[in-house]
Amino acid sequence: MSVAGTLLDADDIRRALTRIAHEIIERDKGAADVVLVGIANRGDHLARRLAAEIERIEGTHVPVGVLDITFYRDDIGLRAEAPEVHETRIGIDISGRTVVLVDDVLFTGRTIRAAMDALIDFGRPDRIRLAVLVDRGHRELPIRADFVGKNVPTRRDDDVRVHVRELDGDDAVTVQEAAAIQEVHR
Amino acid sequence: MNRHVLSMHDLTADDVTRVLDTAESFREVGTRVIKKVPALRGRTVVNFFLENSTRTRISFELAAKRLSADVINFSAGGSSVSKGESLKDTALTLQAMGADAIVIRHSSSGSPLQLTKWVEGHVLNAGDGTHEHPTQALLDLYTMREKLGRLEGLRVAIVGDVLHSRVARSLSFGLVTMGADVTLIGPPTLIPPDAPTWGVQVSYDLDAAIPKLDVCYMLRVQRERQRLEYFPSVREYNRLFGLTGARAGILPEGSLIMHPGPMNRGVEIDSDVADLPQSVIEEQVTNGIAVRMSLLYLLLGSGGVVGAGGQAVPGEVARA
Repeated sequence: MSVAGTLLDADDIRRALTRIAHEIIERDKGAADVVLVGIANRGDHLARRLAAEIERIEGTHVPVGVLDITFYRDDIGLRAEAPEVHETRIGIDISGRTVVLVDDVLFTGRTIRAAMDALIDFGRPDRIRLAVLVDRGHRELPIRADFVGKNVPTRRDDDVRVHVRELDGDDAVTVQEAAAIQEVHR
Repeated sequence: MNRHVLSMHDLTADDVTRVLDTAESFREVGTRVIKKVPALRGRTVVNFFLENSTRTRISFELAAKRLSADVINFSAGGSSVSKGESLKDTALTLQAMGADAIVIRHSSSGSPLQLTKWVEGHVLNAGDGTHEHPTQALLDLYTMREKLGRLEGLRVAIVGDVLHSRVARSLSFGLVTMGADVTLIGPPTLIPPDAPTWGVQVSYDLDAAIPKLDVCYMLRVQRERQRLEYFPSVREYNRLFGLTGARAGILPEGSLIMHPGPMNRGVEIDSDVADLPQSVIEEQVTNGIAVRMSLLYLLLGSGGVVGAGGQAVPGEVARA
């Protein structure tokens, strides 16, 4: 029985976020029009850290919102229990801005589809970009990230977890392989 | 959560907390420019109101529409009910049209329970006779928790015509579930004889209770359900059990005045008292939409019956 392997530790995550912050600034030659919107429940914490990095590097204050995509999911009614709902707080008019969606893991792409639908209900951004800490592949929709912390090849049924210190007490990205999961269950 | 919401007894403290927490997110939806989310797209909610109602029917209609469900409003007048069609046949018709949820208001206690035996969809009780009105209780609990920060230990008086009030029953059960301290106050003729078994206290003296309350909840005098002899006169009722300006002045600072509506101004509550800042009667109405959205979402957003083991019944999931 194997324990979960660590893909990124706290220092790796810090470096990845710093690089993504630089890339966000570089892409639009500054961050004046940028709004970061983190997808609950972990993307919002990553979005806040990115905003702090951008402010440190560029001196620009970037607004941060949090978006819960539950009501826009495509599997409501397919699960035994209605999915748990988190807070949504955008707090700024996103029309005409560059919205960078921030999430922890990019997997099937369905969350991002839902997030884009949700965002459009709040206004008409000039553009929407996507930043993720980990891209683990296995897309089911034609969606790709603009900024990626780390690309990780995984098997479809592997379990990739992102820990953030604000919620979990530590910063780490771990993967538990499908075979190991089955062993634990047995 | 149970499959249906018929009584506050169907909801555990955890269920109530989940409904109220989820309602908080729906309150946020109500503040957006586009007050609509696609969560229940393609589901059909039937509002089946066989008794008059303004706020509950409109509130359920808005709640379902803001969740993108299709809503059918159905009342006694203008339907085959007025031709003498039985409740069962009407229910089977709604069932045949594919209603995912039926919200029912009926003057006979127990009709929502009866309905669950005939239809496959979820049944929500929007008030049945003098039995229960659970969604009103939930929106009241939401309002109290929002304004006072907690439910446990709150001292709540429910004042007036408890005997005919489904609101008083549901609210009492809900408050007791959540650990609040409930006193029913009214003329002895309007306090149900079994009230002491609800886990509440009973008193006939409003003035003694007023200085210690967190919430003073006034009930409507239901003249349409009453025989005349429950109390001698409206004037006497107002003098003994009405929330007058003088009594409102003795309520502790920070306490709430609540009323489920519609109000009889000058009977159970004086007109200027209803408009005081500590009166949250309009907030109750606003919160009602969010709470009903929350209930519809939690019921219709789940894939099927959740049994005792927390496992979905496979057939139900497949059907959804």
